[in-house]
Amino acid sequence: MAVPTLTVEHVTKRFGTTEFGVTAVEDFTFDVAEGEFVSVIGPSGCGKSTLFHIIGGLTGDYQGRVTVGGETVNGPHPAIGMVFQEESTFPWRNVIDNVAFPLELRGVSRAERLERALHYVTMVGLRGFEQRYPAELSGGMRQRVSIARTLAAQPKILLMDEPFASLDEQTRLLLGAKVTQIQQRLRQTTLLITHSLTEAVQLSDRIVVMTFRPGRVRRIVEVRLPRPRGDDILTSPEFGRYVAELWVDLREEANRGLDAAEHLAT
Amino acid sequence: MIRLAPVFGLVTLIAAGLALQGLIAIDVVSRYVVPPPSEVLAALGRIVVEEQVPARFLLTSAETFAAGLLILTAGVPAGFWLYHSRPFRRAFEPWVAAWAAAPLVLAYPLFLVLFGRSSITIVILGVAAGTAPVILKTVEGLAATRTVLIDVGRSLRLTRGQMFRKILFPAAMPAIFTGLRLGLTFSLINIVGVEFLINLGGLGQLINELAERYDLAGTYAAIGFVLLASMLFFVCLEHIERWLRRAYG
Repeated sequence: MAVPTLTVEHVTKRFGTTEFGVTAVEDFTFDVAEGEFVSVIGPSGCGKSTLFHIIGGLTGDYQGRVTVGGETVNGPHPAIGMVFQEESTFPWRNVIDNVAFPLELRGVSRAERLERALHYVTMVGLRGFEQRYPAELSGGMRQRVSIARTLAAQPKILLMDEPFASLDEQTRLLLGAKVTQIQQRLRQTTLLITHSLTEAVQLSDRIVVMTFRPGRVRRIVEVRLPRPRGDDILTSPEFGRYVAELWVDLREEANRGLDAAEHLAT
Repeated sequence: MIRLAPVFGLVTLIAAGLALQGLIAIDVVSRYVVPPPSEVLAALGRIVVEEQVPARFLLTSAETFAAGLLILTAGVPAGFWLYHSRPFRRAFEPWVAAWAAAPLVLAYPLFLVLFGRSSITIVILGVAAGTAPVILKTVEGLAATRTVLIDVGRSLRLTRGQMFRKILFPAAMPAIFTGLRLGLTFSLINIVGVEFLINLGGLGQLINELAERYDLAGTYAAIGFVLLASMLFFVCLEHIERWLRRAYG
């Protein structure tokens, strides 16, 4: 068993008061080993984004512990690089300067940071678009800029919150394949928060299935599909079996979510 | 098409002038209320020579420039402070909005009593009139910065200063410059207005004198120089904004 790089131990997060509050995440425990790709999947409103913000150090005041390499996470940690669900490129910077942003903060000289940024721009397939501004790019390209920017900071752990949620299905699949390539090439430890079954199976070594509110670990599925995973994996029977198996769990939780919404509406 | 836009604007202006000239010629518009544009154009050269327009233009521009610098140095930090102090923002933002809408030029006697009849009083009135929009637009621009951009900054562990310089200020820059344009316009209006009212220096005084002499063409020509000053400030601001965008890009 590989040594875990990231551990989440008994994390509970409650919003509001004891009387009128809501428990978003409860007693959540799992870990991610070095070089591993883990996805956390769950129905809408199960506390996935809360978990993302807790692990990224952007949300405090929770019970339990998050550690990176044994070190407790108290606020944003240099070893964690975050890719957000919403479009997060800086509109006043062109592609290359967006990607070079973390290097600029570290005081890397302009020539060196542009060279290093270009490496990541090429990696995400945006070579030739370095001088373009985000407004001139498609949603998928902008999300690739965000991923490249996070990778340029060379984080130990890449933490992504539904980075392809706002994209169309075809772009999602293509970007998923791109992320797999990059992850394998860099042996990048990655934690992906998602609600997409196919995305989770396509990319992950393990999948943590969450329950509907409060978000708990329902079970952890090990994906034993061969790597590297090309586009052909999407049509394989094994892939379909994993998706079907996960859907059984997720459908039950999603139904609980729908029942809760209907109950609130009435 | 975009490149032809300035030409289209100029052509429209010339067409409007010609139309007005025609309306005056056929007595639809009285030449004793609005002088023919041809006479206004002819008066431009005359007042430059006879009424020391360059010196007056420089004085009004210098007063507006001084007021603009003070508006910038007071308004942007004040806006930043209000953005950061939520209780103060809730307490003062409505007052700042009321201040922006107040016809401060009417309080010129008070300013004269406090600061005397000098250019300093004119600049102070310009600052008083132009600061509020800069504060309001700075707060608006900072508050409109998308949370996810701030989260990116937090995840990269930016210091407070870096967060302002690298994310908040560039994100708010378009709104801040809109505020500066509004502030400078308010300031110039008030500066020319006070020059007119207290009959002291600059283009405002010239407009007053020419109006007193019932030199309508000269009056409108002098107003044209106020427009020129306003345009110069707009062009300068546009260049500064472009330069800053490049610097932050």
